[in-house]
Amino acid sequence: MPTPMLDHLWIIPLLPLLGATTNGLFGKNWPNKVVNGVALNATGFSFLAALEAVREFIYVRNQELFRKEFFDWIVIPNLVSGGNLFRAGFDLQMDQLTVVMVLVVTGVGFLIHIYSTGYMAHEGGYYRFFSYLNLFMFFMLILVLAANYVLLFVGWEGVGLSSYLLIGFYFLKKSASDAGKKAFIVNRIGDFGFMLGMFLLFKTFGTLDFTQLFAKAEPWSHEGWGQFGTFTVACLLLFMGACGKSAQLPLYVWLPDAMEGPTPVSALIHAATMVTAGVYVVARSHILFTHSEIAMVVVAIVGCATAFFAATIGLVQTDIKRVLAYSTVSQLGYMFLGCGVGAFGAGIFHLMTHAFFKALLFLAAGSVIHAMGGEQNMLHMGGLSKKIKVTYWTMLIATLAIAGFPPLAGFFSKDSILYAAFIREPGGHPLYIVGLLTALLTSFYMFRLIFLTFHGQQRYDEHHVHVHESPWSMLGPLAILAVLSIIGGWMAAPSFWGGEDHFASFLTPVFGVAHEAEGAMSEAAAHKLELSLAFVAVVAALIGLLTAFWLYLKQPGKPAEIAKSLKPIYTSLYNKYYVDELYGAAIVKPLLAISTNVLWKVIDVEAIDGTVNGIAHGATATGDVARRTQSGNTRSYAVWVVIGALAVLVIIFWPAIRALAGGAQ
Amino acid sequence: MMLPSLLSSLILIPAVGALALLVLRGDDHKFIRGLSLGVATFEFLFSLLLLKKMDFSASGYQLEENFHWISAPPIHYHVGVDGLSVFLVILTTFLTAISVIASWNSIHERVKEFFVVLLMLEVGIIGVFLSLDLFLFFLFWEVMLIPMAFLIGIWGHGRKIYAAVKFVLYTMAGSILMLVGIIWLYNVTGTFDLPQIQQALQASPELLGKTVEIAQRNELLLFLAFFVAFAIKVPLFPLHTWLPDAHVEAPTAGSVILAGVLLKMGTYGMMRFCLPLFPHASREQRWWIVLLAIIGIIYGALVALVQPNLKKLVAYSSVSHLGFVVLGIFTFGTIGIQGAIYQMLAHGISTGALFLLVGMLYDRRHTFEISDYGGLATPMPKLSAFFLFVALSSLGLPMLNGFVGEYLILLGTYVTNWKWATWAATGVILSACYLLWAYQRVFFGEVTQEKNRALPDASWRERGILFAMAVITLWMGIGSAYFTRRTATAAETIRQEMMRAGDTMPQEAMSPSDGAGTKISLERSGNR
Repeated sequence: MPTPMLDHLWIIPLLPLLGATTNGLFGKNWPNKVVNGVALNATGFSFLAALEAVREFIYVRNQELFRKEFFDWIVIPNLVSGGNLFRAGFDLQMDQLTVVMVLVVTGVGFLIHIYSTGYMAHEGGYYRFFSYLNLFMFFMLILVLAANYVLLFVGWEGVGLSSYLLIGFYFLKKSASDAGKKAFIVNRIGDFGFMLGMFLLFKTFGTLDFTQLFAKAEPWSHEGWGQFGTFTVACLLLFMGACGKSAQLPLYVWLPDAMEGPTPVSALIHAATMVTAGVYVVARSHILFTHSEIAMVVVAIVGCATAFFAATIGLVQTDIKRVLAYSTVSQLGYMFLGCGVGAFGAGIFHLMTHAFFKALLFLAAGSVIHAMGGEQNMLHMGGLSKKIKVTYWTMLIATLAIAGFPPLAGFFSKDSILYAAFIREPGGHPLYIVGLLTALLTSFYMFRLIFLTFHGQQRYDEHHVHVHESPWSMLGPLAILAVLSIIGGWMAAPSFWGGEDHFASFLTPVFGVAHEAEGAMSEAAAHKLELSLAFVAVVAALIGLLTAFWLYLKQPGKPAEIAKSLKPIYTSLYNKYYVDELYGAAIVKPLLAISTNVLWKVIDVEAIDGTVNGIAHGATATGDVARRTQSGNTRSYAVWVVIGALAVLVIIFWPAIRALAGGAQ
Repeated sequence: MMLPSLLSSLILIPAVGALALLVLRGDDHKFIRGLSLGVATFEFLFSLLLLKKMDFSASGYQLEENFHWISAPPIHYHVGVDGLSVFLVILTTFLTAISVIASWNSIHERVKEFFVVLLMLEVGIIGVFLSLDLFLFFLFWEVMLIPMAFLIGIWGHGRKIYAAVKFVLYTMAGSILMLVGIIWLYNVTGTFDLPQIQQALQASPELLGKTVEIAQRNELLLFLAFFVAFAIKVPLFPLHTWLPDAHVEAPTAGSVILAGVLLKMGTYGMMRFCLPLFPHASREQRWWIVLLAIIGIIYGALVALVQPNLKKLVAYSSVSHLGFVVLGIFTFGTIGIQGAIYQMLAHGISTGALFLLVGMLYDRRHTFEISDYGGLATPMPKLSAFFLFVALSSLGLPMLNGFVGEYLILLGTYVTNWKWATWAATGVILSACYLLWAYQRVFFGEVTQEKNRALPDASWRERGILFAMAVITLWMGIGSAYFTRRTATAAETIRQEMMRAGDTMPQEAMSPSDGAGTKISLERSGNR
């Protein structure tokens, strides 16, 4: 059977690239309609192409890995024994993991493109926005379709570039261009590790192609505790890159600032797709990670710690987008927790459901901001639920989903991660407890957001703000995402819910059978455990909801009181634990000071150039002294002539002089 | 078309052009510019013929011309080209043509002389890359110095005389040592001919001294005599301080040629002379050379980070980028050397383009101070888009040209010694810091100075140049295999020429093409 779309897999990323270049080069003078026509068509057809490719993959190839080399990108031929010493090709592949990623990226991406046509309608630089957005789609698709680490790195850096451009979209604002720069540089720090990880893998296995590399790595023995072998080091280096891209401790600092970008960008790049690239890489490299005990534990602990840490900051933020940003950091931590305890499928599942409800949350927040004429501070909102009903209901659905209420998407995905953490031996229980606590916090800060924004008293001046519901181009995507947030989890419903966990079995060819630890338990016991854990999680979510309800609706004065009584904790939370300040004081400032005051002004100018100029002056001075002999003074010349003549005479008669002297003795 | 003397024509065309300019009337500037452009463009197109005429799979020099020139001592006019030099020659002819266009409106005084000097500079540089006779090489090496010094000293700005003299003295200090080395080599081998010297040394290392110790000591001295001359040109830390001065004071065309090609004469020399002629010394001395290269990478980047002067920033970034090239060369491995060759070309394009852009800003505002700019993206969106593109290529964004070289060098280095690669890779972070920070300060934000509000965006002429640079940047970034396949033989030849009687070919650290890795690794795993 022919597989035309798979054979031309490059079309999927190429379409957005065409859209980006068309709009970027010519879009400036086009009307908005033409610009978004180009951009929407590019993404839409890319989505359709992806659907067709997935169909061919599933029905024609029966889910057998598809891989094709399109052209050689970097090649170092081996002239001694033939072949290549190094090859990084433009090779694309499609497997089950790619299917999930490609559909999420193109699907959610397309919805956000539609939304943007409404949201950005009155902004300057319309063509620029869509050009960047399409460019992002191109790189993101390269990232998920790549069949080797180097090509993946192209997408990896490329989405970083698009993110830089889009965060700094309002480049007149210093805070925006600062945030863009920060995002790129912090990501580069992660990429430093990622590159070294690639080098180590290449040095060890001689290839960076996924298929070959994993096949070679598979038979290696596992590295246990305390063994810092190839796998441990390589995985930790790759994970460093993942921490940068997916905003994990300690490299998460760029993501909250990234909210300077337009809200659709926050939804697409900084919630649904790009920031999950780190999770994707870890999942993609699961064969390497599972070879190293240390790497897995580090992933789990960093993920778990980030989830909790970011959630605590989210508790007190007042900017609606910042709350969501910290929530994203926290949820990404969940995904890493899932991967770290070996439940890669659960991690990817949460990645997908998170893409639905977090994109929805951001888009709905954008709709709120739109309605409020640009206001982002929740303390200046309140009581919006009746005025912007569609926004309210969709956002409420997303909140229920992220808080983990059944039967919404987040419930299933979060539960499968917590379950996997619980049954991990040894040391799973503490991870589970922190994860559960985070779930409670999540529910709290999300309902805090809902209550502050949509309920309670109106805290804005109606004469200045004309609250209005957004156009259908914005509400349509909200509705679709709301549906996905509800039903998106069902495909992975575990058996006791009457589902068959299609998602996990779909990914089994990639990740192998999940939950090895489960093997020890009987099926019935496992179900019982899973059910009771789910019950506990729902209770936790309820506690969060009720606390938020009590604090922000019943006793609206209470939060301020609590903040006052716990002032040190509150301020350090509000100021995000002063991590940015710490980095500034410990790294950035010293680096600049040393570069300026030591390297440049002392070593370069004083020491090196001083020496060079010193030698030059020395030469001049010597010349100066030598020059004095040619004074132009006849008398001094006469003296020199006499001295010279005497010297010549002495030399000529030297033997005679010696003889005379000898004779005298 | 038969071209018995393709290479000589390449050297002669700009010389004839320069001569023609000299004898023609000096006041018709339009005609002078047109003629220079014609000569430079013709030279560029002509140099492309090399790609057609060369057989890239064959090792050794091609299109050789060898004539008797002086009989005692036996100096030959011997020129030839190989995979290493051919792209450098084309880079030279291309950047010269670009420089002519870039100087269209920015040179107002001594216009005729300016273009004469520019073309003579081209003669010198191409001569350096093509010479296979050490004496001839030295001659061109020195010839190139004079027009460059004139470019800085006459058409430069600020402390131009200081910069020009510094440039000349620095280079001369190195080339005197090299001259001694060349004469020494002549004394032991009886010839100035590079291939013959190579053969002689390779066949009988005892030429350099009666005992092994003396031979090795002498080899070390010879190595140093050449290496210092090249290290100054590169420039390798701490011999780099002529570069910021020369760059800042030079006119745009001077900076483009200086950064684009002249610096590469140093790294070219290392690959052409130091490694093949003195392999033992190269290996022995590698540790401190690598150390200096890595210091240069980090140091250059850090100093670039804090430069208030945009042109100086770009100049220091060259110190950093060329550190990568030296590092790649001294891995002695195929991947590293290939990466180094590629990085030389990529840096020529991207840093050349950066200097062009800085020059365009200078043409408008007559300042290099970053603080005099700010918010330029508003009045000049096109120029700022080009600037970003070039900055991204310079900081090594994949799919643009800077990435490939840097990646290959770091990869090759990692395979040789992971610690070196780790240190060097910090340059990847720092380059993003200094370029993006500078870009933000120049282009983003509100327009801070009234004067900048009405600056004209890139003209058609400027856009044409920048577009050409951008296309090449992109093409090199995506189609890098075109280059690495053609430089493979040259890189391999260097490795083979480093062998001496009794040496065994040093293996690459691994051989990825076979599947043997799996079996060995099974035994190895767990005890690392």
